[in-house]
Amino acid sequence: MAEFLSLAQGIEAVLSDGCSVAMEGFTHLIPHAAGHEAIRQGRKRLTLIRMTPDLVYDQMIGMGCAEKLVFSWGGNPGVGSLHRLRDAVENGWPNKLELEEHSHAAMANAYEAGAANLPFAVFRGYKGVDLPKVNPKIKSVTCPYTGEVLATVPALRPDAAIIHALKADREGNVLLEGIVGVQKEAVLAAKRSLVTVEEIVDDFGERNANAVILPSWTVTAIAHVPGGAYPSYAHGYYKRGNDFYIAWDKIARERDTFAAWMKANVLEQGPEAFARYAEARKVAA
Amino acid sequence: MSHTPTEMMTVAAARLLTNDEVCFVGIGAPSAACNLARLTHAPKITLIYESGTLSTRPSVLPLSIGDGELCDTALTTVSVPEMFRYWLQGGRITIGFLGGAQIDRFANLNTTVVGPYDAPKVRLPGGGGAPEIASNCGQIFITMAMGTRAFVEKLPFITSFGHGTGKGDREKLGVRTKGPTKVITDLCVMEPDSETSELTVVSLHPGVTREQVAAGCAWPLRFAETVSETPPPTAQELDVLRDLHARTRKAHGVAA
Repeated sequence: MAEFLSLAQGIEAVLSDGCSVAMEGFTHLIPHAAGHEAIRQGRKRLTLIRMTPDLVYDQMIGMGCAEKLVFSWGGNPGVGSLHRLRDAVENGWPNKLELEEHSHAAMANAYEAGAANLPFAVFRGYKGVDLPKVNPKIKSVTCPYTGEVLATVPALRPDAAIIHALKADREGNVLLEGIVGVQKEAVLAAKRSLVTVEEIVDDFGERNANAVILPSWTVTAIAHVPGGAYPSYAHGYYKRGNDFYIAWDKIARERDTFAAWMKANVLEQGPEAFARYAEARKVAA
Repeated sequence: MSHTPTEMMTVAAARLLTNDEVCFVGIGAPSAACNLARLTHAPKITLIYESGTLSTRPSVLPLSIGDGELCDTALTTVSVPEMFRYWLQGGRITIGFLGGAQIDRFANLNTTVVGPYDAPKVRLPGGGGAPEIASNCGQIFITMAMGTRAFVEKLPFITSFGHGTGKGDREKLGVRTKGPTKVITDLCVMEPDSETSELTVVSLHPGVTREQVAAGCAWPLRFAETVSETPPPTAQELDVLRDLHARTRKAHGVAA
């Protein structure tokens, strides 16, 4: 059964130095507050896994939390580069970062294979491209029925998955709606999981019979962190801080402006700051 | 009404889309073109973004591939594994619309690195959905502004496969889709030659010369036997596009 913890306790429960972690979210519901807590706790040598590493991974990489990144698209969507990621890859600052690079289709399939307890994922992909030359984990299999050669990648089985969701009920069941990405697969593929939520309710109330729900017994810990996805968004709660994504380009471009921003907004803040950010971008009821 | 080269590029790309298409849309220039088509001559076009939104009708352009606007205006939203497995790999998409940092004469694309992979001069975002979009959609349209750093002689890295080293390479790999059939730039429209699959200029935008186009391309660019002139944007196309961009800037909190 999921245990209700503070964010700090939750991060301590699921993250240790050197472990692999998938902090998933596809534009929507990105667990920013959890990433900040991991930075404050000074986690090191993490293998960060995510299809679309964006600002929160840029921040963790720039603060020296990561030794490896498993990913398929690393940019600030619609804006440009992740400058801290680039500085790590191009200049080894603040430390060298090993890359394991895939395509989206490969990672989505690899999470699904992990959730399904399969050793690898099979799909029609990577035709004619160079990624298999630089990522030895990309292999192929011949279909025993048709003879077609298909791409394979190992299943993703992270030590920990961390996601942000809309609601948990008092029993610790978790509800996601809107763009649900690969979060369900990431949690079910991982050994342990932390879910930060916008609210904790007595009952989910009326809902679609096919709503995406992670039962309490599939989740390790839940932390109540209103606004915990900001500057990403939470469907029905607050809007994406597109202005902040645009502003991040300038903040992260230089090491000193980045360090100053991290000190003021992460190291000297707690999770309660997120409630304020979200309040300012609240969706009208 | 005067127009910018980027507006011409977006309008020329939008005109290629019809109501019957099911289109997998990339962020940036492709998204602008697809939504311009939807707001003008192709109101029934099906737009799909890789975040899982099917048949979405955004009133402003998304900054990211999974903005709330896309989900709010979609017919339905599926998970990302379902998107890539059932919808893209399932062969349900007629047109994939891609951009890229670099392209070669056979419409292969690079969005991964400039320089060696292990010690890159510039680390670009990577492939994302593009490698499988390029092989699993019925055909591919590419939209990119010209310049010799973008239209290059040899790609340092092939992120998405176009026509490889020429005609027949897709078939040799067992890829049954058409691959890139149009490249829409800010100066011209190109198509792969029917014999060689090498990109060939088929249409010049108004006021653009062959010399200008050739100067924006690092390989000796070929021109089709008959090169037409792209009709200029109509006042209606420009109005709709400019309104869309103005609404988008406002929604994203950027000063107009």
